[in-house]
Amino acid sequence: MIAAAAAPDRGWRIDSRLVPLVGTVAVFVLTAGYGSVAYRGFFSAQVFLNLLIDNAFLCIVGVGMTFVILSGGIDLSVGALIALTTMISAALVEHAHWSVWETIPLVLAVGATFGAFMGWLIERFRLQPFIVTLAGMFLARGLCYLISIDSISITDATYTAISQERIALGAGASITVGALIALAVVALGAWIAHATEFGRTVYAIGGNEASALLMGLPVGRTRVLVYTISGFCSALAGVVFTFYMLSGYGLHAVGLELDAIAAVVIGGTLLSGGVGYVAGTLVGVLILGIVQTMISFDGSLSSWWTRIVIGALLLVFCLLQRAFERRRA
Amino acid sequence: MQRLLRHRLFWPFATLVLLLAVNAAFNPGFWQLQWRDGHLYGSVIDILNRAAPLALVAIGMTLVIATRGIDISVGAVVAISAAVIALMIGGELVVKDGVQTHVSRFPMGVAIVAALAVAALCGLWNGLLVAKVGMQPIIATLILMVAGRGVAQLLTGGQIITVYYAPFFFLGNGFLLGLPFAVFIAAAVWATVHLLLTRTALGLFIQSIGINPAASRVAGVHERLITVCVYVFCAFAAGVAGLVISSNVKSADGNNAGVLMELDAILAVTLGGTALTGGRFSVAGSVLGALIIQTLTSTIYSIGVPPEVNMVVKAGVVFVVMLLQSAEFRAAVRALVVRPSPGAAR
Amino acid sequence: MASSVVLEARGLTRRFTGVVALSGVDFRLRAGEVHAVMGQNGAGKSTLIKVLTGVHEADAGELRLNGTVIRPQSAADAQRLGISTVYQEVNLCPNLSVAENIFAGRYPRRGAGGLWRIDWARIEADARALLARLNLHIDVSRLLSSYPVAVQQMVAIARALSVEAKVLILDEPTSSLDEREVARLFEVLRQLRDQGMAILFVTHFLAQTYAIADRITVLRNGELVGEYLKAELPRAALITAMVGRELGAAAGRNERVGEIEGPAVLEARALGRRGQLDPVDIALGRGEVVGVGGLLGSGRTELARLLFGLDRSDSGELRMDSAPVRFDSPSQAIRHGLAMCPEERKHDGIVAELSVRENIALALQARLGIWKFLAPARQHAIAERFVRALGIKTADLDTPVALLSGGNQQKVLLARWLATEPRLMILDEPTRGIDVAAKQEIMNEILALARGGLAVLFISSEMDEVVRVADRIVVLRDRRKVGELPGDSSEQAVYHLIAADA
Repeated sequence: MIAAAAAPDRGWRIDSRLVPLVGTVAVFVLTAGYGSVAYRGFFSAQVFLNLLIDNAFLCIVGVGMTFVILSGGIDLSVGALIALTTMISAALVEHAHWSVWETIPLVLAVGATFGAFMGWLIERFRLQPFIVTLAGMFLARGLCYLISIDSISITDATYTAISQERIALGAGASITVGALIALAVVALGAWIAHATEFGRTVYAIGGNEASALLMGLPVGRTRVLVYTISGFCSALAGVVFTFYMLSGYGLHAVGLELDAIAAVVIGGTLLSGGVGYVAGTLVGVLILGIVQTMISFDGSLSSWWTRIVIGALLLVFCLLQRAFERRRA
Repeated sequence: MQRLLRHRLFWPFATLVLLLAVNAAFNPGFWQLQWRDGHLYGSVIDILNRAAPLALVAIGMTLVIATRGIDISVGAVVAISAAVIALMIGGELVVKDGVQTHVSRFPMGVAIVAALAVAALCGLWNGLLVAKVGMQPIIATLILMVAGRGVAQLLTGGQIITVYYAPFFFLGNGFLLGLPFAVFIAAAVWATVHLLLTRTALGLFIQSIGINPAASRVAGVHERLITVCVYVFCAFAAGVAGLVISSNVKSADGNNAGVLMELDAILAVTLGGTALTGGRFSVAGSVLGALIIQTLTSTIYSIGVPPEVNMVVKAGVVFVVMLLQSAEFRAAVRALVVRPSPGAAR
Repeated sequence: MASSVVLEARGLTRRFTGVVALSGVDFRLRAGEVHAVMGQNGAGKSTLIKVLTGVHEADAGELRLNGTVIRPQSAADAQRLGISTVYQEVNLCPNLSVAENIFAGRYPRRGAGGLWRIDWARIEADARALLARLNLHIDVSRLLSSYPVAVQQMVAIARALSVEAKVLILDEPTSSLDEREVARLFEVLRQLRDQGMAILFVTHFLAQTYAIADRITVLRNGELVGEYLKAELPRAALITAMVGRELGAAAGRNERVGEIEGPAVLEARALGRRGQLDPVDIALGRGEVVGVGGLLGSGRTELARLLFGLDRSDSGELRMDSAPVRFDSPSQAIRHGLAMCPEERKHDGIVAELSVRENIALALQARLGIWKFLAPARQHAIAERFVRALGIKTADLDTPVALLSGGNQQKVLLARWLATEPRLMILDEPTRGIDVAAKQEIMNEILALARGGLAVLFISSEMDEVVRVADRIVVLRDRRKVGELPGDSSEQAVYHLIAADA
């Protein structure tokens, strides 16, 4: 008879799944702690809020990427879709004089459709996500350039107003609209992952796709939806990015997909799929942000040390994941 | 004729010919070759010259893909090797015996060896992660792709380092027997690989590993060792490409050198007929693929379309190629084309 | 005591290209009964299960559930009809919790005003209740992978129960379980049976069949041999039915001439691996053919893999020519002069897209290393020699080996190893799926090699072959060695040894 202590009747499980996430949070706390001690002015609310403000778009993209990676896939087109979104927005607003409220729904629809198309190709023809999203990346950036080769600056009043909007949080700290959107997306993503059938199916597919099929789960439909969500998140991130940069340009967000993947991995999601939390990606983004902030605070280190540190963090987390997987096998 | 059609290099070759024809149609002087300043001059020469670095990277990438792997860090390795050579050569103008000569920090030979050694080390890193640690190739090489750029920028101090050393320029700008030297470098690497593949058991082993790693292991093939070697070579080839590129532009740019080159290389390999799932491969096909990509760029330019459209076209090509390589797609097409006879029971 | 027939199949036939997997099979599954299906490799057991569960569609015949004709089109279909299956590899998601695995795809919801979300509290409560029915009290919120396979199977059964199954099919459920876990599983099955469940149990373990089944159906070569009540079927008769040979008359055997002398080429003492093979002693001498007799699943292939270095052993040691050796990889074993034709020809044997010539030369080349390259001309010469010697039928030597017939592929594999001039050859099912003529050729070749000094370990399901060529027969059952018999024993003797207090 296998007896066990009665589990607390809550949603939170204290089990091996949380270990990677706990590790990530620990890294963040340690880094923040070190920074606060080492650099003057580091330990301030605004510095931490800036982590979120400056990386709001990365956060949103990260949520979409989390779903994709949880299902066992990968999406290399996110950065390109952000650029495409900024370009379409800028062109519509500046050249065609559309309003913000008309532009945003359109670009979101474009992003979702783009993602759905890639997801359909992957599912219907059993193509590898890596190559399909790679082609998607080429396509999206190319479409950017078809619209305009040079950057288009946005001078529309509404855009500028939203871009400069700061919501005061008291004690001199403030937050942007983009950051709020990012937090909302994270919360929504976490809820979807935990409390909906779709979310649970994503986990199941990542854990063992053959089993998920045999268990009667809607694998095909879910996979297409996952990439649709990623496309939508990329577009939403693009909207936030447009507020941030106030321009549309084909060279925006180059290499962002790698940062997104890094944030997801560092956030505790296994690249093989099936294990991870959306909240973890938020922490992953914050870690990436804090590394950047520490390096700029330090002043003595050149900014490209960020790339190296991110690479090192990614390596450490991947090795840990490998060891974790080996022990479970 | 059937035999010719079924030859694995037929389609890549046909594509190249088609592109060249389109190019020539829009550009009447396309095939013209002139002898000027002691070397050949012309659009075709240009294409060959510019395709050389991509061909180098594609050759290395072919072997990796043949073992069912992938290496997306080649762009970063290009940047790193360019940075190393630029640092080690540097170059200043010095007056010696009344004559202005360039002087390099280290003997050029030493610098070249060092740059290539660093590149090979990058490959060793990738290979160990894949073969010993057992990471998925895309993730293992992703790490170097991210960190490698940082390393390259670290080496160059974030600046674009210019190289002032005439002998070095020969690599990317010089001409030998009328043809660009870069082409000879690419040809030399290709020839060496070809020799290795046909005169040693390497080709057999790589194919075997790519087609059926389990059976290869039972047969006694050292699949781990070979996998590591393949990644080392891929990075080495990227290193050579880095030397050619930095020599060509006489500088090393840590940020932009080799950007998106991994994607072009993968595209070249797939165009050349090697499947991403590994197994049978063709280095010649990859070289053709590199030529196709370069010709494509040139064709687009000659038609008068802005070069940025390049990307959309590349995307279209990738879509078409990967759909053709998908068994499900071919089955779906066949089902549409071949209508079942009425009355057939199922 | 006639219990009602829940699931009935009549005249089930299923063909794959060129092979008839099932031919006119009748089958009746009754409520409140455990019905075992037995048969050797290729008998059609797994095809029958796949047809019953909707994975494949029958080409002919009909299926009735409680009298109504059914045609399940997919696994989900079958599930909805009330046919639940628990597979050998637990087909659940290891990264989800126990409770979630039980209810995946059928989550109870709780929502207010259109906002629906999964009711975790109810899932866990219901899961606990279901597992309690099986006498299993575990923390259902923990990951499935944190429990041993035996528990995972219980969870799979609980999932089957949660859909109000009328029929429970278990496909080789005990392959990864130890004795204690098997006993617990059987307790649960008996309980379910007593509650009226119709249970179909596929296994190749003789002992387990006799422990749990009420009725036994035997398949052979895709056909129904018969349906028997366990009480009326003694073991020997069961084996006869499965194997298809009258154990009375022994087949003619070749005379083995000459004595086998000298120290053992390869000797294994207490060689074993937890969960795969209990410690086994075995020795092979120069020119000796040692046969491994045993039914499917008795541990034959596991033994071969351990000897060849494909799997790591947990216990025991190996000696060659009395010197201790350790094989951590096949290339080490090959360097010591071993060779192995694996059981799974397609998966571990042929390299499909390579040519016949390259396949034959592969192992030899691997041993020579990268630099000592066998030029295509030399490969050609070697390949030609063996093509002629073994009678390999191929258009030419450059044909991809995937295009050859099964028999010829096997000969190519044999040629590959013979090219390395080994001292000891392990042959695992070398004649499976091969026509009679080719079989004879291969068997003769093996004998000739042994006469020339090659030590051979010969594993085959065809006991008559083993008995015909072996100098000694090592008998395995249920993953342990039960004894050794001299080579001139009859098949009957081997089967009796297997059946003895099974």
